[in-house]
Amino acid sequence: MKILDIDARRLLCPMPVIRLQDSLEPLAVGSTVKIQCTDPGVKNDIPAWCRINGHSVLDIEEMDDEIFITVRKENDD
Amino acid sequence: MTRKAAALISGGLDSLLAARAMQEQGIHVEGINFFTGFCVEGHTHAIRKKDKAKPKRNNALWVAEQLGIKLHIIDIVEEYKDVVINPKHGYGANLNPCLDCKIFMVKKAHEWIQQKGFDFLITGEVIGQRPMSQRKQTMPIVANESGAEDLILRPLCAKNLPPTRPELEGWIEREQLFDFSGRSRKPQMALAKRYGFEDYAQPAGGCCFLTDENYSVKLQDLWSNRGEKKYDIDDIMLLKVGRHIRPSTDFKLIIAREEGETRFLSGYRKQFQSIKTISHAGPLALVEGTRLNDAQIRQACAIVARFSKGKTAEQVELSYSPAGADPQTILVPPMPAHEMHKDWYLV
Repeated sequence: MKILDIDARRLLCPMPVIRLQDSLEPLAVGSTVKIQCTDPGVKNDIPAWCRINGHSVLDIEEMDDEIFITVRKENDD
Repeated sequence: MTRKAAALISGGLDSLLAARAMQEQGIHVEGINFFTGFCVEGHTHAIRKKDKAKPKRNNALWVAEQLGIKLHIIDIVEEYKDVVINPKHGYGANLNPCLDCKIFMVKKAHEWIQQKGFDFLITGEVIGQRPMSQRKQTMPIVANESGAEDLILRPLCAKNLPPTRPELEGWIEREQLFDFSGRSRKPQMALAKRYGFEDYAQPAGGCCFLTDENYSVKLQDLWSNRGEKKYDIDDIMLLKVGRHIRPSTDFKLIIAREEGETRFLSGYRKQFQSIKTISHAGPLALVEGTRLNDAQIRQACAIVARFSKGKTAEQVELSYSPAGADPQTILVPPMPAHEMHKDWYLV
């Protein structure tokens, strides 16, 4: 399945979380998105948002000053 | 039948307790958190390098996790502009339109519960807690003007208010609600202990930059110098960052105070004129305003040089970059302290 890329660089929390939330909404369960961020706060906020909404964080990768988080949508609720 | 309530979650103690009080009565609760662009939450911590050692936690998400509820974060930046620019009920001590803000958020939450099939909404409001928006006289104004009417329940002070529909219909028991009032936090702290919450956001001066005097001065300056009350998201983010210095009605400098701010401001170099020291370590500065003439370029560079490691040097070399054009190298003496007018500083 194709991974949807989201560019959330320069955005400060909670905007990357909102981008992720809104991007996941129309997608089918099982879809995967990869979000690219620069605010280190996402390392806490995106996993927290995924935990409370029942989605999975598949990977968190840091390169230079950028953070890439891969998330799989697990439900339609 | 399990009734469903949407809780306005700010991330503070009151909304945490209000939501838990509903869960105690068997209500299914989900949280709503509104993002206005003026939220204090996380932003300056994320930008400033010196704060990097502190754990970064979004309190609204954290509260939702403690409660075991879903949290819906809603971007209201665009719609919220009208609340900030034209508040029907006016501003508080600064540019904080607290009552209009509350009405707007409850209105949006009321629309949300109608769309999602929820039965009512709750807030953590306490009578007398806030001087502008949380008074006994303003509670009915919020309920009426938002359209929520008797579907808004404030569990922490419900016994001081007329019964709402969730109480009258028997969805919840009024007797199990609370009668908190005033600015004392002791009843909330006791309730937090009873519910087993030991860690929560400490009560502070609010979660909105508009209640901050320095921030409001900068926003007012932005409106005054543009000649109109308008803003976009970049404007209000940049007001949170750096040292703001206005030597002229034509332009303002936003000078990074540390490495984290320099990195953040560099993301705006394509949109703004910018200045960076070359010969000495120093901050990045953005220039907001009209394209600078030669005298203004030298003045702006001298000011930026003053905030660099070369502030005592005879000359400092800087790079001035017009947005989207080739940079120029400028050599200037740093501006001496006595030439820096006090009223240039916006913070």
